[in-house]
Amino acid sequence: MTRVVIVDYGLCNLDSIARGIERQGGDVTVSHDPAAVLAAERVVLPGVGHFAAAMANLRERGLDSALRTVGAGGERPLLAICLGMHLLMERSSEGGAVDGLAVLPGEVVPVAPTAADERVPHMGWNEVESRPGAALFAGIDTGTDFYYAHSYRVACNPDLVLATTPAFGGFPAAIGRGRVFGTQFHPEKSSRAGARLLRNFLAL
Amino acid sequence: MLKRRVIPALLYKDVGLVKGVGFQSWRRVGSAMQAIKVFNLRDVDELLFLDVSATPAGREPDFALIDELADECTVPFTVGGGVRSVQHFQRLLAVGADKVAVNTAAVETPALIRSAAEQFGRQCVVVAIDFRRQGRDRAEVFTHCGTRPTGLDPAAWAAEVERLGAGEILLTSIDRDGTMTGYDLEITHATTRAVSVPVIAMGGAGDYPHMADAILQGGAQAVTAGAMFQFTERTPAEAKRYLRTRGIPVRL
Repeated sequence: MTRVVIVDYGLCNLDSIARGIERQGGDVTVSHDPAAVLAAERVVLPGVGHFAAAMANLRERGLDSALRTVGAGGERPLLAICLGMHLLMERSSEGGAVDGLAVLPGEVVPVAPTAADERVPHMGWNEVESRPGAALFAGIDTGTDFYYAHSYRVACNPDLVLATTPAFGGFPAAIGRGRVFGTQFHPEKSSRAGARLLRNFLAL
Repeated sequence: MLKRRVIPALLYKDVGLVKGVGFQSWRRVGSAMQAIKVFNLRDVDELLFLDVSATPAGREPDFALIDELADECTVPFTVGGGVRSVQHFQRLLAVGADKVAVNTAAVETPALIRSAAEQFGRQCVVVAIDFRRQGRDRAEVFTHCGTRPTGLDPAAWAAEVERLGAGEILLTSIDRDGTMTGYDLEITHATTRAVSVPVIAMGGAGDYPHMADAILQGGAQAVTAGAMFQFTERTPAEAKRYLRTRGIPVRL
């Protein structure tokens, strides 16, 4: 059974992601201890909340450097979800101009409506168009709906983008480099497709 | 057009699920766990769980119950009822709620909306607004499960809570609750025009065309139904198939 550490930085719903990974056969530990993160086989950085508050909590617990080490090492799979994905980037405009973990190049910008009926926060289900051959999306048809709940999004170099969502003019739905992955949507809340994505992550 | 959501609403009172008419004459309709399991298995877009007796009884949210229910839920789970503080938000999110709905406390302490949005992000802050018609052209917001008038206009209050940090508005017509005669389209329309965050229409759904009306005429981003899904053969999946025939994008 693959051991997974879910990073707890005190802000969000950890139960859903923990149950989601357990259902796919992962052995979950929820921890705010940098040593546990550094010793993990796989790391999940979940996220609901506010970028500036999250970075402050990560720093306070010494989790920022542990996550940078895991991200830079490239050996252990790291999955960062929603705000977690944002935290991987260099900076965000949520809460002023705030520095992120800079595990991946790029920044976090507000979601902007491009049509009259597009409302922010972007709440609900939308298509995820994945790049052919992306291991994270193995067995998941391109165009499958995943669940979103966010007001900010990642802007990054197209070579990092594993999947996009056509809403709001199109934005990265999933990014990755090596064994570091980020999803803007919530796999743990995306029913069967989300379960498959988590299973794919555990198999990487 | 963004995909519109169809959300079953589970109203909980004391020890079981209930349905009311006009926020009164509650009838018991079964166990919460059973309903969550069934709707989850049916792969609904989202689930809404409201503990309607918590605030009137002066109770806190039942965190242990929410914890158990959330464990069974692999789709987004919104929880409301008895939420009075940032600590309540934190504890509900910690046990598995994805979004927290606040109603009475938002009126009494509007600063709560801002604090919760700043700490947890506005996408998990749902402000529930219950209103009653007062004469032909006016509607008024009520708190404490529809028992206390506030003098607030629903659309104006929605705009105010958006300014404070609400990420979504759950708009319920008390008059239409449980009647299955259709949503209050005028007030829904006035409210969706007053805000730029998503509005969920609730109260009155009796058939699929009502849902299409709330979306196409009312401008709602999502529709909920309680009685319709519990007392009729109608299902969320069929509702969405119908909405698609009306040109509304949905997740099927």
